[in-house]
Amino acid sequence: MEWMAWTLPTAIFFGVIACLLVTFTVLAIKFPETPRVGVLRIETTRGDRLFITLLGSAFINLAWLGFVGTNQPYAMIVCAIYAAAVFRWV
Amino acid sequence: MDKTVNQKAWFLVLPVLVLVAFSAVIPLMTVVNYSVQDTFGNNQFFWAGLEWFDDMLSSERMWDALARQAAFSAIILAIEIPLGIFVALNMPKRGFWASLCLVLMSLPLLIPWNVVGTIWQIFGRVDIGLLGYALDKIGVSYNYTQDITAAWITVIVMDVWHWTSLVALLAYAGLQSIPDAYYQAAKIDQASRWAVFRYIELPKMAGVLMIAILLRFMDSFMIYTEPFVVTGGGPGNATTFLSIDLVKMALGQFDLGPAAAFSIMYFLVILLISWVFYTVMVNLDKREGN
Amino acid sequence: MAAANASRLNGKAIVMGLYLLFLMLPIYWLINMSLKTNDEILGVFSLWPQNLTFANYATILTDASWYMGYVNSLIYVVMNTVISITVALPAAYAFSRYSFMGDKHLFFWLLTNRMAPPAVFALPFFQLYSSVGLFDTHIAVALAHCLFNVPLAVWILEGFMRGVPREIDETAYIDGYSFGRFFIKIFMPLIASGVGVAAFFCFMFSWVELLLSRTLTSVDAKPIAATMTRTVSASGLDWGVLAAAGVLTIVPGALVIYFVRNYIAKGFALGRV
Repeated sequence: MEWMAWTLPTAIFFGVIACLLVTFTVLAIKFPETPRVGVLRIETTRGDRLFITLLGSAFINLAWLGFVGTNQPYAMIVCAIYAAAVFRWV
Repeated sequence: MDKTVNQKAWFLVLPVLVLVAFSAVIPLMTVVNYSVQDTFGNNQFFWAGLEWFDDMLSSERMWDALARQAAFSAIILAIEIPLGIFVALNMPKRGFWASLCLVLMSLPLLIPWNVVGTIWQIFGRVDIGLLGYALDKIGVSYNYTQDITAAWITVIVMDVWHWTSLVALLAYAGLQSIPDAYYQAAKIDQASRWAVFRYIELPKMAGVLMIAILLRFMDSFMIYTEPFVVTGGGPGNATTFLSIDLVKMALGQFDLGPAAAFSIMYFLVILLISWVFYTVMVNLDKREGN
Repeated sequence: MAAANASRLNGKAIVMGLYLLFLMLPIYWLINMSLKTNDEILGVFSLWPQNLTFANYATILTDASWYMGYVNSLIYVVMNTVISITVALPAAYAFSRYSFMGDKHLFFWLLTNRMAPPAVFALPFFQLYSSVGLFDTHIAVALAHCLFNVPLAVWILEGFMRGVPREIDETAYIDGYSFGRFFIKIFMPLIASGVGVAAFFCFMFSWVELLLSRTLTSVDAKPIAATMTRTVSASGLDWGVLAAAGVLTIVPGALVIYFVRNYIAKGFALGRV
C-alpha cells in the first residue's frame, strides 16, 4: 500500500465520500425514493442529486482556487449553499 | 417495459464491480493522493497541499492544451457527424454491396492506433508518401513537421479517415430500423427528400446519433496515440493535446504531483461532459418510449 | 421515374465509391510500401513495386523479437476478451432484467470508465502493477484493458438482452430450470450474436490500444505496437519493415470482422436499434 502514498487529509476525504454513499444507501432502504422533475427539467432521485452536488462542489473548489486563491475552506460554504439549492430545487 | 425489483441482482453485478473497482477506483485514489504531495522519488512524499492545483490552474501550458483539445474535438465532430450521416444515407441497403461496404468501412477502425499514425505519417511525407508527393507535384507547399496548418489538417483528416465510419455505421443501423412503409407513405404524400430526412430519418437516428456524438466526443477528447505518432505533438506544441501533454508530464518527466492534479481536473471535465450526454441520452430514450 | 431512380442510384454509388477510395488509399499505400525494398522506397516514386519483394515480411516472421510482439498482443487480447465477456454476461443480464438499488448510478459509473482517458490511468497503473509484481506480464495488460472493455461489453450485451422478451425467462423458470441452466441452455443461444459482437469489440479495443499496453510492459509481454517503434536502425528508418509490420497488424482485425459482418452495424449501435 505504500506506493499509494496515503495522507491523512486524503484518507478523510475518501472516508467522508464513503460515509455519504453509505448514508444515502441506508436512506434509500429506509425511505424509498421517488424521482421528481426539478429546474433542470430532468428526473432526479436523491442519489442523482448527491452526484450533482459532489461534482459541482469539485468545480466550485477549483473555481475558488483559481479566482480567489486564498482561504480555501470558505469555498466549502459556497458548496454548502449549492448543495442545499440542489437538494431543494433540482 | 417495467423491470422486476430484485435486490439479489447485485450478486450478478458483483464480479464487474470488483474488477472495475480494482482497475479504476484504486488508481483514482492514488492519483488524488499524489496530487497533494511532492516527491523526489524513492516513494518519499511531502505534503504540498493544493499547490499543484494552483500551479495547474494558472499554467498557460494546460489552458493552451485544453483550448487546442476543445478546438480539435469541435472540428472533428463538425466534420464527422454530418459526413457520417451523409455516407450512411448513400449506403446500399442490402445484398452483397452492403456487406462489402460494411467490411471495408470497418477496416480503419480495427487498425492499431499507432499504425494509423504510421500510415498517415508515411502517406503525408513529401518524399515517399502518396499524398505528400501528389500535393508537392501540384505545387501545394505541404509539410506537416514544419507547418502548423499542415500539421492540423493532417491530424484532422487522419481522424476523419479513422472514425467517420463509426458514425456512418451507427447512423446506418438507425436507418435500417425504419420500416419500408414509412417511405411509401412519404412517397404517396409526395414528400421532398429533405422532408423525408427531417421528419422520418433524423428522428429515427436520434438515439444512435447521440451514442455516436458521445463516443466520438469522448474518444477525440482523449486522443493520444495517433497525433503522437504523426507529429509528436509538434511543430512546437501545436498539436499537443491534453493526453499527450499529460503523458509527457507523468511518464516523461515523472512529475507526479502536477500530473496528478492535471489528471483530476481532466477527469472532472470528462465526468461532467459524460453526465450531460448520458442524461440527454436517457431522456431521449424515455421520450421515444412514451 | 425510372430514370430518376437510376440517376439517384448512380449518385449513391459515386458517393460510396469516393468515400471507400478515400478509406482505401492510405491502406493501399502501406501495402505498396511493404512490398518494396528500402532503396526503392527512398529512391524512386512508384505507384506499385518495381521489384516485388517479400523480404520485409520474411524479416518479421523469422525474427523472434518481431513476431513475439504479435504473440504477446494476441495473448493479452484474448485474455482480456475472455475476462470481459465472462464478468459482463451476468451483469448485463441483471441490468436488462431487474431494477435494484443504485442500478442507474452503477451503470453510469461503469460508462464513465469507458470515457476515462487512459492517459490519466497510465501512471497509477504502472505503480499498481509494479507493486503487486505483475509488471510486464500479459495479465496486467489484460486487466488494465478491462477498465474500458468491461463497461463496453456490459453496455452492448445489455442492449442485445433487452431485445429478448422476458416471457422466455419466466416460462423457463416455471418449467423448473435453474438460473444457471436456463442461462446457458436457453438464454445464451438467443443472444449468441450479441456475445459475438461484444467479443469482437473487446478484441478490437484491446488490439488497437497502445498507451496502456506500452506503459505496462517492457520485454516479456511487449506488444507489437511498441515493437514497431524500434525500426530505427543505423541506416535510418526501416520503412519497408515498418510498413510490413503495419500490414500484419491489420490482418487479425480483417479476419474477425468477416465473421461478424452481418451484426456489425447493430453492434456499433450497442444493440440499441
